[in-house]
Amino acid sequence: MPDTLLSINGLSAGTEDKPILHDISLTVDAGQTHVLMGPNGAGKSTLGHVIMGDPTYRVASGSITFDGTDITELSPDKRSLAGIFLSYQAPVEVPGVPLYSFLRTICQMRPELKTTARKFRQRVADICKQLDMDDSFLTRELNVGFSGGEKKKIEMLQLLLLQPKLAILDETDSGLDVDALAIVSRGIEAYRQECDGALLIITHNTRILERLDVDRTHVMVRGSLVGEGDASLIDEIDATGFGRFEEALAAKGGAN
Amino acid sequence: MSETPERKRSEVADVDRSLYDFVMPEEGYERYDDGLTPDIVRAISAKKDEPQWMLDLRLKALDTFHEMRMADNWGPDTSGLDMDHISTYVSPKTKQARNWDEVPEDIKTTFERLGIPEAERESLAGVGAQYDSEIVYHNMREEVAEQGVIYSTIEDALHDPKWEPVVHQYFGTLIPMRDHKFAALHYAVWSGGSFVYVPEGVTLSYPLQSYFRLNASGAGQFEHTLIIVEPGADLHFIEGCSAPKYYEANLHAGAVELFVKDHARLRYSTIENWSKNMFNLNTKRATVGADAKMEWVSGSFGSHVSYLYPTTILAGARSSCEFTGITFAGATQDLDTGCKVILNGADTTASVDTKSISKDGGVNTFRSSVVIGRKADRARATVSCSSLMLDDISRSDTIPAMDVRNATASVGHEATIGRISDDTILYLMSRGCSEAEARTMVVNGFANPVSKELPLEYAVEMNNLIKLEMEGAIG
Repeated sequence: MPDTLLSINGLSAGTEDKPILHDISLTVDAGQTHVLMGPNGAGKSTLGHVIMGDPTYRVASGSITFDGTDITELSPDKRSLAGIFLSYQAPVEVPGVPLYSFLRTICQMRPELKTTARKFRQRVADICKQLDMDDSFLTRELNVGFSGGEKKKIEMLQLLLLQPKLAILDETDSGLDVDALAIVSRGIEAYRQECDGALLIITHNTRILERLDVDRTHVMVRGSLVGEGDASLIDEIDATGFGRFEEALAAKGGAN
Repeated sequence: MSETPERKRSEVADVDRSLYDFVMPEEGYERYDDGLTPDIVRAISAKKDEPQWMLDLRLKALDTFHEMRMADNWGPDTSGLDMDHISTYVSPKTKQARNWDEVPEDIKTTFERLGIPEAERESLAGVGAQYDSEIVYHNMREEVAEQGVIYSTIEDALHDPKWEPVVHQYFGTLIPMRDHKFAALHYAVWSGGSFVYVPEGVTLSYPLQSYFRLNASGAGQFEHTLIIVEPGADLHFIEGCSAPKYYEANLHAGAVELFVKDHARLRYSTIENWSKNMFNLNTKRATVGADAKMEWVSGSFGSHVSYLYPTTILAGARSSCEFTGITFAGATQDLDTGCKVILNGADTTASVDTKSISKDGGVNTFRSSVVIGRKADRARATVSCSSLMLDDISRSDTIPAMDVRNATASVGHEATIGRISDDTILYLMSRGCSEAEARTMVVNGFANPVSKELPLEYAVEMNNLIKLEMEGAIG
């Protein structure tokens, strides 16, 4: 019986004037790979942001427990230090902050990752090679002027450096060409093997999942979880879409 | 003071106010009466045993000061400044030393805390340290002296028969005493500062640095800096300033006159951290010869009120000026800063890039003036100013003025005002930075174009100052 890592219980959340997520319950065990699928606008990214602690959203009811601790009220930095990582769909640009010193800063603030400058440099160089990233990226400013694909690689670089217990990948595959997708997939695989990390992959595209062993698949429609299954559910959605789940939700009287 | 732990300037973490905010007792110091009279001016001049022309200049400046009215109120409020209660001359009872061991203990401790002797050993060609009205330490590396470089106080230059005529020739010619009321005040009571002469073709591989420390309360500092960079020579000069905090107003009205000859280059860097009771009414001006280059790098953090607009006159053809500056205004600060560039030569270029950060009700005004003269064919000037506001109660204004008198010239201006976005803070926090760390990181990044122009240890000091200012910025 594996340990429960993330446990969401009866979570409802939204912005100040608009409820988005309705009564979500979901459990991810340590080291497992989960996929969250659903049509555009279903609330998948919102759930990722709520798990990370984005203050844009308010939790109306329910709770989030991570690694045995209730984190519902914790700020994003505390959640990050506890071992949650969110890879953003559109990582922000931070002018004037060199990527390398940023990486060094976010690693040095974690007792378990503190290391010498030399070892750190080597570690970063190794990961860059793994991700087919040019060293010259490191002296550039954080995400500034990088292409969409390059930004996603920088997210993967941070993921592999920080070695979180849970990585939430929010549409990490969107907008990537075939080569970039292959590299990102390699990064995800490396994270699973090296860190034995758990994954919650948010996507509406099954391509990135082809090489991954998926433990559970969740389906979200209009802010509610309406289906759960093993990896075969992905193939079914690939073939028939979300129609069946939308109808099921409508039959229940909808979430709203 | 001994219970305060020693701090190295190069430490980034854990800085605290004690780095700048400490006071040494003034006991036994020579302090002249407050206010301004011919007797005080004569006494300062007599103490310095000056040539008659300098005393005459001082007395004329004093008349000019009394005669000139305060300008109409076009900038920050200066009503808190009462000249009848500012002591214009405070001198520690010590002779100028060439060796730190000869400097009195309390003053030596002050400069050690500010990291000056350490910086001198590691990365400077020469150092001058002024404490209140007098230079207490002055020294330059021997190999630099052997190149014919002169770096001394103006007082010493006036006592040297070789250099007295040079000072006489240049002193007060670039900033006339009628420039404004406080320029007149400066010439009446000036004391201390630096005289630098770099002979033709000489390049200094390390910077020279003067550090100005105003320890006395209710006093003024009026140092005069005169730098002559002869044709083809190259100099980097660094100026640092700080003072402890008092409740009484202090006044800084220095003057900096820079002569950059043909094909020469001068970089003038300033890190200013006056305490927040300081009225900083400083005047800086450079004249630049043909094919020569003037570079200003300026970081302004302190002062209650600042009026500061370093001016560059691009006199020679193809001369150029780069101005890179940052101003940080926090609570109780009203900082009116910027620069002026006068392009008179043909094919001259000026590029101005400034940043301002306002928080806790601080007021930043960026004022620039670009004048392109009739003969400045094909002159080009670009001015860019970006402001970062950290809350809703602070203020940031940009007032660019342009006066273009040549049809072939081109001038550009760009100004942006921004805030730190919530998305940026979320991004950095979700990688483990606290909210305060995230905001400091963004502000440091914003200031980066300026700090990367500074020598490393000064860039570190500037980042420290930003960190200090950002502490308590949350909630």
